[in-house]
Amino acid sequence: MPSDSLCFEANHLSRAFGHGRRRRLAVNDATFTIREREIVSLVGQSGCGKTVLAKMLLRLEKPTSGQLLFRGRPIDAAADPREHWRQVQAVFQDPYAAFNQFFSIRSQLKAAFHLFPQRPSEREMEERVDQALLAVNIRPPDIEGKYPFELSGGQMQRMLLARIFILRPQVLIADEPTSMVDACSRAGILEYLMKLKEELQMTIVFVTHDIGLAYYVSDRIFILHEGQIVEQGTPDAVTQSPTSPVTRQLLDDIPSLHREWIGRAPRA
Amino acid sequence: MTPILEVDRLSLHYRTRFGGRIHAVDDVSFTLQKGEILGIAGESGCGKTTLVSGLMGLLIPPLHRTTGAVRIAGRDILGLTPDEARRTVLGREVSMIPQGALNSLNPTRKVKDLAADVIRSHDERADRSAIHDRLRERFTKIGLDADAVLDAYPVQLPAGTKQRVVIGISTLLNPKIVIADEPSSALDVSTQKAVIRLLFDLLDEGIVSSMIFITHELSLLRHVSSRIAVMYAGQIVELGTTEQVIFDGRQPYTRALMGSMLSAEPGQKARKPVAIEGAPPYLGQELHGCRFAPRCPVAKPDCAGRDQVLREVKNHWVRCHHAE
Repeated sequence: MPSDSLCFEANHLSRAFGHGRRRRLAVNDATFTIREREIVSLVGQSGCGKTVLAKMLLRLEKPTSGQLLFRGRPIDAAADPREHWRQVQAVFQDPYAAFNQFFSIRSQLKAAFHLFPQRPSEREMEERVDQALLAVNIRPPDIEGKYPFELSGGQMQRMLLARIFILRPQVLIADEPTSMVDACSRAGILEYLMKLKEELQMTIVFVTHDIGLAYYVSDRIFILHEGQIVEQGTPDAVTQSPTSPVTRQLLDDIPSLHREWIGRAPRA
Repeated sequence: MTPILEVDRLSLHYRTRFGGRIHAVDDVSFTLQKGEILGIAGESGCGKTTLVSGLMGLLIPPLHRTTGAVRIAGRDILGLTPDEARRTVLGREVSMIPQGALNSLNPTRKVKDLAADVIRSHDERADRSAIHDRLRERFTKIGLDADAVLDAYPVQLPAGTKQRVVIGISTLLNPKIVIADEPSSALDVSTQKAVIRLLFDLLDEGIVSSMIFITHELSLLRHVSSRIAVMYAGQIVELGTTEQVIFDGRQPYTRALMGSMLSAEPGQKARKPVAIEGAPPYLGQELHGCRFAPRCPVAKPDCAGRDQVLREVKNHWVRCHHAE
């Protein structure tokens, strides 16, 4: 259950790219709060600014103006960003890009411990890697000596989740974690993500373009359009009585099994 | 009516460096009629993309034909060398919209040069201004601002436009059959819808006559295709009309695929999707018995030992001897 204390708090947050005539606001005057242990989805089309917003939460992009607080303190309060990353971690869209293809998967999972100033003993590290693999339903011998290109997209995405299990962050930013895997692996990934959330009591910011998926996972949904948050609310409120035309469009564009979608029948 | 494309008991394999064989496509048969859109569904690694190589006649080593034929208008295109296939089949008979369409345009060349290459590769004497006029006309027809787009480098275009450009280039020579290999998996839902509209328009205008649409999203196929072939471990396990396969699937794998789909119909309470446990079998070995049996939720003791054949159940084709 989400608690009342705030995890993130953004006031008039903006991020611009380019200069002069080419200046564009990727995030435009966003004001919102995200509570501890809440799952919030950022939903919008490509280019709406959802990833830039997520990156600001991760301290990978600096806001141009406005204020972003993490647990009551400015997000860049500490000089060392690693301090932030010990608490806030991310899973990205392309798991192959997230791993170095020249190193074995196991060694890279172990490298996650570098984030901490004090590393556990060699034996404990091995044990924790094994536990993390089992948590995402992969038997450790199956990836022994394997490199990222030897695994399928769904398996690699689970490796990213295993890494999260090792790091045990309090906040997870999941940027389109299921868009590269096929439909049947997607169900699995979501299942592990929810399990992770239960076990670690995490706050999750879920970035997706699929409002159906957001409906399924989240406590609250933010709809973004051209850098602005045009609507926010509970999944039921947003999907049942959308106030913004952008939301209505997004709802209309999901190919659903039981509803007319493109205005014509399949050709016979 | 004679079909425009006929795939007849096609099996394809990859030869590995150590003399092994990976049987990526095994005993696949289907036909494609003029004007039809056939959907092919299945998990990653089930042989969808290998099948596409076969349909284009592009058997480039280590990919080889084991048995079977792919006939377009009666001609077996698998007997051609890759060079002959490129000249006589690709572009005119069959054309493909590639999977990573967003990354398939050379970033160092302008769109007009990339498109002109396609025309020139089939007509060496075409002159510059004629090519340009032809490109302008076609790009306008598919709803692009032709002058701006042709003069741009691919990286300057947004994803949806890039996808249109790829589709435009793939269909420049009015191919009879277009194979769309996951054309929309990298796009957001709104752009996806626009791209599918475009594909429908191409069919309506007679620029292409038939289409094969490959995806793992059954909910998308519901709106796109008239028939669906479901593939598993290199084989077709179910083949029928869209209605039959999606709402009345008889093969346990088809049902599992449907069950794993997240059909979070907003507004209604979302049904919990069920993942299919386990992984498909390794195709580099001799396989006996039902290939889905180890993962099948309704497997019976006799499944593992019995080779499955496609048979007719309820007016469509199912590869499962328990289906009824």
